[in-house]
Amino acid sequence: MSRLQTRSRHPGTDARAEKGWLIANKWLIARRFSQLSILSVFLLGPWFGIWLVTGNLNSSLILKTVPLTDPYVLLQSLFAGHSPETAAITGAVIVLLFYVLVGGRVYCSWVCPVNMITDTAQWLREHFKITGASSLSRKTRYWILAATLILPLVTGGISWELVNPVSMMHRGLIFGMGLAWFIIFAVFLLDLLVSRRAWCSHLCPVGAFYGLLGTHSLIRIRADAREQCDDCMDCFMVCPEQQVIRPALKGYIKKNSTEVIGPVITSSNCTNCGRCIDVCTKDVFHFGLRLNNNLNNNLDNNFKNLNNKQPNHSSGAEVL
Amino acid sequence: MSTQPTQAQRSAQLNSRRKFLLDSARAGGAATLIALGLGLYSKNSVSLPASAIRPPGALDEEDFLGACVRCGLCVRDCPFDTLKLASFGDRVTTGTPYFTARDIPCEMCDDIPCVKACPTGALDHSLENIDDARMGLAVLIDEENCLNFQGLRCDVCYRICPVIDKAITLEMEHNVRSGKHAFFIPTVHSDHCTGCGKCERACVLEDTAIRVMPFELAKGELGHHYRWGWKEKNKAGESLVAPDVEHQYNLPKGQSYDLQGEGLIIDDDSSDVSPFGNNPLDTLNKNSLNTRGAEK
Repeated sequence: MSRLQTRSRHPGTDARAEKGWLIANKWLIARRFSQLSILSVFLLGPWFGIWLVTGNLNSSLILKTVPLTDPYVLLQSLFAGHSPETAAITGAVIVLLFYVLVGGRVYCSWVCPVNMITDTAQWLREHFKITGASSLSRKTRYWILAATLILPLVTGGISWELVNPVSMMHRGLIFGMGLAWFIIFAVFLLDLLVSRRAWCSHLCPVGAFYGLLGTHSLIRIRADAREQCDDCMDCFMVCPEQQVIRPALKGYIKKNSTEVIGPVITSSNCTNCGRCIDVCTKDVFHFGLRLNNNLNNNLDNNFKNLNNKQPNHSSGAEVL
Repeated sequence: MSTQPTQAQRSAQLNSRRKFLLDSARAGGAATLIALGLGLYSKNSVSLPASAIRPPGALDEEDFLGACVRCGLCVRDCPFDTLKLASFGDRVTTGTPYFTARDIPCEMCDDIPCVKACPTGALDHSLENIDDARMGLAVLIDEENCLNFQGLRCDVCYRICPVIDKAITLEMEHNVRSGKHAFFIPTVHSDHCTGCGKCERACVLEDTAIRVMPFELAKGELGHHYRWGWKEKNKAGESLVAPDVEHQYNLPKGQSYDLQGEGLIIDDDSSDVSPFGNNPLDTLNKNSLNTRGAEK
């Protein structure tokens, strides 16, 4: 903990020095590549007349055959009282299965174009040492998610789509922005000035929805080499959902149980962005599967005692 | 160690419970604020500007806004670039498809690709014949400027109409101004007009005299208790009120009057009996000549 208080360097500096720039950024580069590729494939049509994919993230058609539909927007449509055609349902099932498998919030870190905006805001926030500001509950997004599902019941329309920055940015880039930059800029300012990771990790109901999809996803980040952790806190500093790391890294105990769980990051809010892998100089983390998540066999008693002393509900540790 | 919680533990527990409640209340409050604002905005955004026309097969506006997922697939499959996707700040609900007839009208493709492209059915897939589409209704809204209303033979809206002679007909009327010409009045019939907007696009005026309007603006609605007497009479085969009494004209012998358009009928063989000539105009002209002669 003493290193956290005295540190002044940026997280990732050590990793860059030790592993080299490329290795220390490989997942970040991979994510940017993924985000930009997906956007480019959509833009190939309107810009160059190469129609590999038509539509946008809300619903699209790959090579004029495979439909993809955002299950969240379709759910809102169902709540508005509309029974959709089979194309939309098929598309939603495909998307649903994919994210249930790879982790719902993979959408946030590997697909969503707003992620590049909020990551930039966060980078600037760190660069200019903008700290503090208002504290938002990370649960706010679930309330907003609930609100976006209740509103269609009341209004009969898909109300969230009137302001949704995620679909607005993607659709805007492909079909024309209009004044949508206002909303994107508002999200940017929110993340830059109001609160750390305010949009993606506290408010966005799209992320909340996809997070819930990935509750039991197979692909997870694991801290298998956690014994090597030197508590440098770099992973914690870069993580957009800081609360998800500790239970995996330090283990946690289920309520009314003596089993110690780890080293898989099981929280559905982990976006599988892999930034923790990038910045860790000790190679504690890696992508893996959600299997063998029980530390009892290789855990020393010291650790068990340490974990017991801290109440589970403090500092954002997960209580399941 | 006893199993009873110590004072410190209990207060920590209370504090955390209080914190949890407070956090939940704040999150819930924030979400409620957003929901209220969004709900209000959502209610207001149901009204579509009259100049924006939805694609063929679009559900009623309120249902449409609950069914359309704003994907733009219909826009992509429109071969004439008619359809546009509304962007944020437009007066049309963000992300929904529409077209402006005066810019690019609907060309009424036989295979209706936009409807086929719609993954959700916001454009109703049961629409299979484009002639059944009802995107709106053309209304000849400016009789003061329409050239045909001035007695000119513009006829462009009539000629361009894909459902010519059904959706738009030319109705001949007497031109009272010249006294010897006809007006050919373009007349829209709602049972055939698809609202494609080709007439609006084609109108030669600086700004169009004929416009496609949403049905609720363009159409009135008859009181449901109304019955047209002549239709009921036809249906029943006789008058429902009281038996019609044949009208008796008090005409000179050998003359009769036909109400169905023939007008005054004069029997030839009785002409010599009448004090007037065969042609009633003879009598009129004779009188006016007499008057003029007297003046001289």
